[in-house]
Amino acid sequence: MSVIGKYFIFLGTLFGKGEKLSVYWRRLMEECVGIGVSSIFIVAIVSTFIGAVSCIQTAYNLVSPIIPISTVALIVRDMEILELAPTITCIVLAGKVGSNIASELGTMRITEQIDALEVMGINSSSYLVLPKVIAAMLTFPMLVIFSAFLGILGGYLAGTLTGVITERDYLYGIRDSFVPYNIFFMCVKPFVFGFLIATISSFKGFFTVGGALEVGRSSTEAVTNSCISILVADYLLAQLLL
Amino acid sequence: MIEVSDISKAFNGKEVLKGISASFKKGETNLIIGGSGTGKSVLLKCMIGLVKPDKGNVLYNGRDFYNCDKETQQSIRREMGVLFQGGALFDSKTVEENVRFPLDMLTDQSVQEKQERVAFCLQRVGLEAAAKRMPSEISGGMKKRVGIARAIVMNPMYLFCDEPNSGLDPLTSVKIDELIKEITEEYQITTIIITHDMNSVMEIGQNIMFLYQGAKLWEGVNSEIIRTDVPELKEFLFSNKLLREMEK
Repeated sequence: MSVIGKYFIFLGTLFGKGEKLSVYWRRLMEECVGIGVSSIFIVAIVSTFIGAVSCIQTAYNLVSPIIPISTVALIVRDMEILELAPTITCIVLAGKVGSNIASELGTMRITEQIDALEVMGINSSSYLVLPKVIAAMLTFPMLVIFSAFLGILGGYLAGTLTGVITERDYLYGIRDSFVPYNIFFMCVKPFVFGFLIATISSFKGFFTVGGALEVGRSSTEAVTNSCISILVADYLLAQLLL
Repeated sequence: MIEVSDISKAFNGKEVLKGISASFKKGETNLIIGGSGTGKSVLLKCMIGLVKPDKGNVLYNGRDFYNCDKETQQSIRREMGVLFQGGALFDSKTVEENVRFPLDMLTDQSVQEKQERVAFCLQRVGLEAAAKRMPSEISGGMKKRVGIARAIVMNPMYLFCDEPNSGLDPLTSVKIDELIKEITEEYQITTIIITHDMNSVMEIGQNIMFLYQGAKLWEGVNSEIIRTDVPELKEFLFSNKLLREMEK
């Protein structure tokens, strides 16, 4: 309980006395590149293959003659939009971005860089962490939209190239019974997950005490705690918004 | 002038500082010496506001750091320069950016003014040629000098140095000591140095305080320290063979 309390106090310090807006803008742009742009490659690879595998496995399970084959595309689309793109992508990002944030801040803590900021009278948590949190909340939804697109494209490529579904059926299926609200739901998830990953990982890194071993430990804890929080939040959001 | 009075601090019930009082003069290099684990760094952290003491006051020219409004505390912080043990340089920034950082964050100076000030500070520590290099590309001694340049870039009234010689060869140590002393006298800064390096004590120790198990055991100048009768201080001073030979 004390850790949770400390976490919320830490969140409060992010919005304490800040620095000049120009400083935050520069830091935000740096973090958007570090968190968002540098994650495009891994997100693209994971999403395309997950989409492809989803298509093949769904087609494998749909053997009934009364279910039209275009249903495969419909299932791939809904799986991608509702769960795979937002949740799996964010779990991948928890590993990549979360460990990066925790190890960066942990190293800054043990090498007295954070102390140096505090001695200068700079709100170190706000200066270092707030841009990361905002960058994650801005870039994660974009990455998830990109992921959903690539996942559906991956399904199309796998389905048509292996012959399990025709191009016409796939295109019909992904447009059939489309619910636009699901897109909104897909974008809300990474917004929340981005906040959780960035704040939990920053919290773990920021309060690292010790040396290199503890930095590694903080990094591992950041990833595991972020993943657990993503799964819990995923369930809560599904209950609340669907 | 910095005055500390009756500073005490305990961690998990263990008393690390026991009612330390001292005053540190302007334009002098004030040394806090003592063995490892005697509370030197904790005392420094109490003075610069990184660790809040359980008891006691820290006065900066009469302004009580822990009992003043936030604005006064902030203005005192801006009058401080701190050289950390490992330099504490920001890894993602070049030497020049590290030195410019306090100006970027805390002042509204123009780009031109900042460049001139950074160039002056780097020239003062003899590192103008390393301005574009990253901290990972420079030696330990250079990192300390960059740390000094960053500490003086805001024209501080108080300079704190946490073991400026640790990990350096004797020659570089002497150069760092001389640089700190020159800067202290040139800009009339109140400088406090945490060290257990005997060369520093003999070379630049104008006002020395010896800590032992969290308490102040001795205070004086370097010409007196050799003739001390305090057994704990004698044991600390003559712990290496060369100095023991000299004592004989």
